[in-house]
Amino acid sequence: MKASNGLWRERLVGAMHPELAQEIDVFENELALRKRGKLEEALIAETRLRRGVYGQRYDNGQRHDGRATRQLAYPEDKPTKGPQTLWDAPGMQRIKIPFGGLMARQLEILAELAEEYSDGIAHVTTRQDFQLHFVHIEDTPSLMRRLAAVGITTREACGNTVRNVTACPVAGVCRTQIFDVTPYAKALAYFLMGHPDTQSFGRKFKISFSGCCEESCGLAHMHDFGAIAVEREVDGKRKRGFELWVGGGLGAVPQLARLFTEFLPEEELLPVAQAMARVFARLGEKKNRNTARLKFLVAKLGIDEFRRLVMEERASLPYDQRWTEYLEHVERAEEPRLKPPSLLQIEGAAAGEFTRWAATNVYPQRQRGYSTVTVALPLGDITSDQLRALADIARGFIEDTIRTTVEQNMVLRWVSDGDLPEVHAALQAAGLATPGAGTILDVAACPGTDTCKLGIASSRGLAAELRTRLAARAWQLDEAVQNLRIKISGCFNSCGQHHVADLGFYGVSRKKGEYVVPHFQVVLGGQWTGNAASYGLAVGAVPSKRVPEVVDRITGRYVRERTRGESFQAFIARIGKAECRRTLEDLMEVPPHDADPSFYSDWGDSREFTIGDLGAGECAGAVVPPVEFQLAACEREVFEAQLKLEQGAIETAAAQAYESMLHGAAALLRHKEVAFGGSPDEIVGTFRVELVETRLFWDRFRGGALSNYFFKAHENAGRVHTEEAAHQLIEEAQLFIEACHACYVGMAAVGVS
Amino acid sequence: MIQHVNVKVFAEPAEGVDHNAAMAVFQRWIRESACEELLIDVVDYHHVPAGPGTVLVGHEANYSLDNGGNRLGLLYNRKAPIEASAEQNVAQALRAALGACRRLEDAPEFAGRLRFGPAHEIEIIVNDRALAPNTDDAFVSLKPAIESALVTVYGHACFALERLGDARERLRIGVQVGK
Repeated sequence: MKASNGLWRERLVGAMHPELAQEIDVFENELALRKRGKLEEALIAETRLRRGVYGQRYDNGQRHDGRATRQLAYPEDKPTKGPQTLWDAPGMQRIKIPFGGLMARQLEILAELAEEYSDGIAHVTTRQDFQLHFVHIEDTPSLMRRLAAVGITTREACGNTVRNVTACPVAGVCRTQIFDVTPYAKALAYFLMGHPDTQSFGRKFKISFSGCCEESCGLAHMHDFGAIAVEREVDGKRKRGFELWVGGGLGAVPQLARLFTEFLPEEELLPVAQAMARVFARLGEKKNRNTARLKFLVAKLGIDEFRRLVMEERASLPYDQRWTEYLEHVERAEEPRLKPPSLLQIEGAAAGEFTRWAATNVYPQRQRGYSTVTVALPLGDITSDQLRALADIARGFIEDTIRTTVEQNMVLRWVSDGDLPEVHAALQAAGLATPGAGTILDVAACPGTDTCKLGIASSRGLAAELRTRLAARAWQLDEAVQNLRIKISGCFNSCGQHHVADLGFYGVSRKKGEYVVPHFQVVLGGQWTGNAASYGLAVGAVPSKRVPEVVDRITGRYVRERTRGESFQAFIARIGKAECRRTLEDLMEVPPHDADPSFYSDWGDSREFTIGDLGAGECAGAVVPPVEFQLAACEREVFEAQLKLEQGAIETAAAQAYESMLHGAAALLRHKEVAFGGSPDEIVGTFRVELVETRLFWDRFRGGALSNYFFKAHENAGRVHTEEAAHQLIEEAQLFIEACHACYVGMAAVGVS
Repeated sequence: MIQHVNVKVFAEPAEGVDHNAAMAVFQRWIRESACEELLIDVVDYHHVPAGPGTVLVGHEANYSLDNGGNRLGLLYNRKAPIEASAEQNVAQALRAALGACRRLEDAPEFAGRLRFGPAHEIEIIVNDRALAPNTDDAFVSLKPAIESALVTVYGHACFALERLGDARERLRIGVQVGK
């Protein structure tokens, strides 16, 4: 697409690391082969994903314009770049930033790329990556070369690979750390990148590092491989190591990580990770991507057997000097600092504004006289002009000690305290001095329906709305509310990390008469601190337009009714989820379309809401069809199953979750006017034939996978459940019922009613 | 050959021009295929200070009600190359931008509050550093083509041109258009 692509190829010869240069040449050749029809569709899809070149919404060439689904008339003489993915349709480029570490020159290059290849915005993700959107695939080799020339790669940013290795953004300057995890994160990231043992996973593999147990920074418990720094006395000497947690993950079926070992000596970090990669590659699920994450393998084998297999593999690994050579410099490693330490002195008219900003955005480092400044980015977005301004500020006040954060912000480390007012003024001039970092104002969101193919509701639209409303009264908010976290995902895949927020939301849809209405499931009581120590659970779905009221009502109740020192999680646990639901019940109602059509559009989108190609008008009349009542009842049953589980009635909870699935399936069969017997076997059999095999119960991306939860529950009915298995069954029942709603919508679209 | 020409036409300061109206207008443009380019989607960046505002993403070009530099304006961003001279490419971008300005002024969603004015200020940007870095040499070499294009589009030669920004930025040329 860009006329200069050939120029960059010539200009950057010799400017890149030879390995990166070769990697990009190979990719460019693969693109050329695909254009000539000499590379299979599936292969080009996988190869581009492994370079971070991702699909984007509407890349199948269809888009609903608010009234009808229309074809996007791209030139027809091009191949596809993956199944149902048109060559010319814009896509997303993910850029890996191991542990979030960046230099000023790299910020400037990111600024250039955002302007020239994207829409002028660079987006910080919840994995410390950058993403550029609306990029043409033929521009990606130039983009990669320009990144490679400043030491950045997009390699293995997507696909079934080791994703970006994340780490605490204040590692090394943190007041509660055991030691600085940065060199370990860096060593592991580059050791595993492109490693032969990490090339045949069935799914992605996520790694994080934390410097301590108490804080949230590394989110160890939601990772496949979460390492927390620990020290131990060995033979009279302090020895460094890691408490290692494995098999955690969010996604559709969230799972807290299990303890692999309380102490993994530092020299064993890389080899054990390599051994784990081998075991995951050998034994992990390959065919069904919905059960292919490490968490499923750990659950299947049990942590003890998994550990045994990994350690057995470790023992058989051939020695690799890279395992330990980086350790020689680790303890002496020090970040460069531009200025000597100094004391903060504030005076003058700007002091009030500065103080307000400093209260949330300045973190005094463990090194006296220095602070880390958080640059709060709205929804993780930063313009090219701002990136250049930030590079200038970095050069003026610090060395190249910039990092991105999993809260979609950036930090400047090693600011001499006396410089803080000047840094604040410079950030203000660049529009980067928004206060409220790490508070309720700092709402995180995945891309959602803005650009993601899987998005159901507008997570970014909602996040922008909540930020605006909360910022307008930020300083009136009760102190207890200010430090709560809000996180939003556009669907149940959890890229917005809603499970670990105090107030989490994920996008779903509900049918109301002839319309589909954007909703968000409310997930309360997740725990961000303690390395994402616990997950919240869904309380109920509310229309998108009522989410701000949900936030006000729940936080208001917390302020009024909390006991002295009671955390939000403790408050939610005390009043119970049933009471939470009662608190929100009236907000779950949707007014009729002619009474308030605004409910039928999503935040930040003037189109009437739709999922897929559904048009208005198939289901006639204002009478609510019985299936809608029946599916609502199923949701309630799942909810009640959760309450039973909390009361310790494990078998009742499991039975009720399974029954909710049976009832959901039966509701759909009745809606299809299929005759079937009343026994569970008959419902399951008829459901399989009439809805799964006909692909009516079918998700565009997950196929019939969600029906497998139902079939598995049926097979296991009557067996004894552990608490964990019951918990998982409830999560799966929730997803199955969501899929029943989607199936019902899909049936209407094809005239089955 | 100069490609990927961007043109920003600054709007007159006005109250009540909001992103919701821009969103609605651009969504309608997609529905009506209002531009010669293939229009794909609308993206809202109003939450970013001095940012791209509301962007109508197209295949060959983007249109946006841009707030870069904290100044509201219509930005036309040509993405697809055109086999034509530098002068023709600048003229093409100018015409597309000015045509979009007229359509925005007439859009009922803005209720007459968005005006670009007969005597206005524009910026011409070459969105490709390899083809045109932000240097005096590149400016001098492109200036005649820009002047010719301005004469072709506006029908007179009453302009003042100035190179803007630092060397890290794209080649950006400020143009004061006389009455």
